Amino acid sequence: MVKRTTRRGVVLGGAVLALAVMAAACGSSTSTSSSGATTGGTTGAGGAINLVAYSAPQAAYSSIEGAFTKTPAGKGVSFQESYGASGDQSRAVDGGQPADYVSFSLETDMTRLVKSAKVAANWNANQYHGFATDSVVVLVVRKGNPKNIQTWDDLTKPGVDVITPNPFSSGSARWNIMAAYGAQIQQGKTPADAEQYLGDLFKNVSVQDSSGRAALGTFTGGKGDVLLSYENEAIFARQNGEDIDYVVPDQTILIQNPVAITTDSANPQSAQAFLDYEYTPEAQKLFADNGYRPVVAGVVPADQFPTPSSLFTIADLGGWPDVATKFFDTKTGIVAAIEQANGVAVASK
Amino acid sequence: MGIATLYLSFLVVIPLAALVWRGTSGGWGSFWDAVTSPDALAALKLTVVTSLIVALINAAMGTLIAWVMVRDSFRGQRVVDALIDLPFALPTIVAGLVLLTLYGPKSPIHVSLAYTRLGVAVALAFVTLPFVVRTVQPVLIELDQDMEQAAASLGAGRVTIFRRIVLPNLVPAIFAGTALSFARAISEYGSTVLISGNLPFKTQVAPVQIFNSIQSDNEAGAAAVSTVLLVISLAVLIALGLIQRWTVRRA
Repeated sequence: MVKRTTRRGVVLGGAVLALAVMAAACGSSTSTSSSGATTGGTTGAGGAINLVAYSAPQAAYSSIEGAFTKTPAGKGVSFQESYGASGDQSRAVDGGQPADYVSFSLETDMTRLVKSAKVAANWNANQYHGFATDSVVVLVVRKGNPKNIQTWDDLTKPGVDVITPNPFSSGSARWNIMAAYGAQIQQGKTPADAEQYLGDLFKNVSVQDSSGRAALGTFTGGKGDVLLSYENEAIFARQNGEDIDYVVPDQTILIQNPVAITTDSANPQSAQAFLDYEYTPEAQKLFADNGYRPVVAGVVPADQFPTPSSLFTIADLGGWPDVATKFFDTKTGIVAAIEQANGVAVASK
Repeated sequence: MGIATLYLSFLVVIPLAALVWRGTSGGWGSFWDAVTSPDALAALKLTVVTSLIVALINAAMGTLIAWVMVRDSFRGQRVVDALIDLPFALPTIVAGLVLLTLYGPKSPIHVSLAYTRLGVAVALAFVTLPFVVRTVQPVLIELDQDMEQAAASLGAGRVTIFRRIVLPNLVPAIFAGTALSFARAISEYGSTVLISGNLPFKTQVAPVQIFNSIQSDNEAGAAAVSTVLLVISLAVLIALGLIQRWTVRRA
């Protein structure tokens, strides 16, 4: 009896293994981004740069690294890259993951490293304030814009299904929320009215994915009428052949993505050279090709990225440290209260 | 013995102790606040209730599947037998993706379960399917059919035989499988994160709520809610041990 079970177990195990391999092979053809994946490069005379970044600029960095290694400063430099959610990457570096160069979607992820002295306090002292790329929050819609979404007010109409990631897990969602809030202020509304607007907006939100990229997947998977997202993500999706359009609303927020080199870098010269290279017209052009707005003026034709009539920054709303506490504290934040109020309404339905 | 203890300490006991310590480091007051915050409470309730329902469904369906696998023979049985273990082998995030493709807005079979509580339950049922089957199956194989034949020769019907002879022998295994699938379900993250839509108060399960807390730099809150999940799991597993001992003594 025992013998039979054992043999059966071996056969079973083998079959499971074969199926698992098959499933894995099938799985890899679907495009799931692996968070925190590390890919290696060949080591050269210029040493290796550990690049730790959020997921969105992966394609941009791969072309910029290629161009950089063709310059005199980048000769022989190799890259060890790690991509993942901005907050996760920041926490990993804070926890000791080796990094020479870091790139995040939110300034607060950089502030965390400044607090632990992994990044110098003057990281934002250059003329671009430490930001290598810009973008704006846009309204991503279905091809041809069947629901005719043009303004922020269109999002709170009945029957409009809005997708935005969860602001407590996703940096991109925070940009979205602050764009929506700031747009109300720009239109002359009071902070109380703007908060009311956020409440109405959240009533139309049907899915809150954990990250911006996951929300994009949900939207292209067929859910929702409008996706709040970065312009560069919308351009990325269109470059990948997704059937979507996007609207740059008249009032929106300027997204600024911080970059820095670390204080405990093993290869500070190469890392600094790479950072400097990112502000060259060539590199800025490569960022633009990947959907980012260049921070250096005159790199791309003015009509490539339409300028909204009213463009504001997070500084206009008090800056990230204040905004993070006021809006996104899990207990006392305005958005926490809104989610809770809507949740109670849902629960009592 | 020494090596086993050391290994278990480093892998299980010390990390779990650290988790509880982290969750309660702000004092019991802040632990209580974190656990009873409305979103944590809603997520915990959804998780525990859904997991309980799924575990009960597993108890019934898992027993049925085990029965078919042992007592019936059909072509392709070995393949089906192997398929049952697939949820163990498959990364759960892939399971979530597959379920989303199948039951999402672009469902090829026009069944849209995604972003609902039912979708969460389906995802949990998928990942916990093997537990009851795999605990009941060996007991059924070992079960002596002479008893059933004797009962049948004495005139007992099939239902009576199953209820009076087979089921009592299977009960400890069914309990064990059900408890394990419950414990697994309350901690499930990968398969639920994609299909649930993560709407707080509606479809957000506790592990996703914990993830959000970590992302919002509320690590103590995350550890507190994790501790609650841990205690629930532990309670279920201890209860299981007691029930098993009780049934063994009774037998």
